[in-house]
Amino acid sequence: MSHHIVEVKNLRHVYPDGTVALSNVSFRITHGESVAIIGANGAGKSTLLQHLNGCIAATAGEIAIGHTPLTRGTLPHIRRTVGMVFQYPDDQLFMPTVFEDVAFGPLNQGLPDDMVAERVREALEQVGAAHLSAKPPYHLSGGEKKRVAIATVLAMSPDVLVMDEPTSGLDPTARRQLITLLRRFQHTKIFTSHDLDMVLDLCPRTIVLHEGTIMADGATGDIFADDRLLEACRLEKPFVMQGCPVCGMKGK
Amino acid sequence: MNVISAAVIDLKQLELLAQGQTTVHGHDARVKVLVTLFFIVSVVSYNRYEISGLLPFIFFPVTMVYRANLPIPYLARKMLLICPLVLLIGIFNPLFDRSTLWQLGSLEISGGCISLLSLLIRSLLTIGAALILVATTGFTTICQALERLGIPDVFTVQLLFLHRYIFVLVEEAERASRARELRSCGSKGRGIASVGSLIGHLLLRTWQRAERIHTAMLSRGFTGQFHGHRQAHFGRSDLIFLVGWSATFLLMRTIDPAALLGRFITGYFP
Ligand SMILES: Nc1ncnc2c1ncn2[C@@H]1O[C@H](COP(=O)(O)OP(=O)(O)O)[C@@H](O)[C@H]1O
Ligand SMILES: [Mg+2]
Repeated sequence: MSHHIVEVKNLRHVYPDGTVALSNVSFRITHGESVAIIGANGAGKSTLLQHLNGCIAATAGEIAIGHTPLTRGTLPHIRRTVGMVFQYPDDQLFMPTVFEDVAFGPLNQGLPDDMVAERVREALEQVGAAHLSAKPPYHLSGGEKKRVAIATVLAMSPDVLVMDEPTSGLDPTARRQLITLLRRFQHTKIFTSHDLDMVLDLCPRTIVLHEGTIMADGATGDIFADDRLLEACRLEKPFVMQGCPVCGMKGK
Repeated sequence: MNVISAAVIDLKQLELLAQGQTTVHGHDARVKVLVTLFFIVSVVSYNRYEISGLLPFIFFPVTMVYRANLPIPYLARKMLLICPLVLLIGIFNPLFDRSTLWQLGSLEISGGCISLLSLLIRSLLTIGAALILVATTGFTTICQALERLGIPDVFTVQLLFLHRYIFVLVEEAERASRARELRSCGSKGRGIASVGSLIGHLLLRTWQRAERIHTAMLSRGFTGQFHGHRQAHFGRSDLIFLVGWSATFLLMRTIDPAALLGRFITGYFP
């Protein structure tokens, strides 16, 4: 299967106020890959992700998902293929109950009612949130919100899963649960994160963004071993790779 | 500001009530919208001094609350919130309109007082009916029903967004005001100047947040149409509901019980 390829060519984005958020960004992600996009605050990670399902239009450059170029006409198809989990679940959950929220996508796809109910049940079960179905989203904890937000996307059965800082704002247990959950997915996965330990855990490949350009693209282990690169991009090694400050033992 | 956020949580609870499973909840949304509309028109169309004619209309909300199993204390609280607002609108009636309308012994009741009372009753009735409609149907489904009744979807979608973004606005307002309160250390902050910039920021933030929500909706295939999960099915019970209530309102509207009572008494004691 080669139809879940994500291809970005010479992408450039300039915000209306003149900020050049991305310039000359190119990469190709193949089916089933799990890729992290890292970079300091303001590096352009969120901007880049939002291009992938057409939430933001590129100033220049091309994007193709599974050999379908992203254009106005293909937008509905692309949005079905690329599931986007936003950074703040509060922006993603807007219906009165969890059930209705998860059902929103499938209903928009025009599925019949019983199939929608089935999809919702499955998606909620996958993220371990079946018991939350009748609850209003604003009564959930941070970790629960995040999982429901992921369910809203899973219910649309996307091929590519795109997530903006999935572990931000979660407590250690919720974070651990989420990582375990994400590992199970067979989708092509693209994350941004400041949680480099998670990146090391989940993504064999990493793309480093710095001030809107790609500074490095390669095996995660290699990138985290490159001290000069990390420093130049205002990043730090994952904790597991840092030496132990107490016993002085060297990191991995 | 906490008062406002409590009110919003309350409003969201109104939406939750709409998940109920009673027969009233199960009626076709269009029928409920029409009946409520008819009710409101009937009530509003009375003249400003009317009181006795309005009283029988209480029958409708009472029946609905009972049959839809709605929590009375909750609705009562909502209605109480509205009273001061109505009083604010009608407060000058008694001052301007001093002609005596009723005479109880030596006590003269002016037209202004009567019209204020009438306004209050009418407001409570109509707002109560609207609350009941939302609590038994849900906002999304109502908008859908409006669409199916022929209202252009430009309007219904606007209505939905308005409803959604009011929540957003209030949540943002609450955050901003909390941040200001905390930093002004219990004093009044920097007074009106800081309130001005607070409001400016608030609007911008609400706008941005609304945009993010809209983006999230687009990513999930939103194309300008909302789909409620309750399928509309116009059945016989819906027809009975519609015709039954419409006929009742028409009857109440055309027959004035007070006049009827008067005629009855005068007929009885010639
Ligand atoms: N709506 C916007 N208008 C103008 N500039 C923006 C907007 N959104 C983001 N930016 C700018 O674009 C750059 C990249 O932002 P973003 O993609 O959010 O970074 P990241 O997610 O990596 O922290 C930043 O310099 C930011 O200030
Ligand atoms: Mg970001």
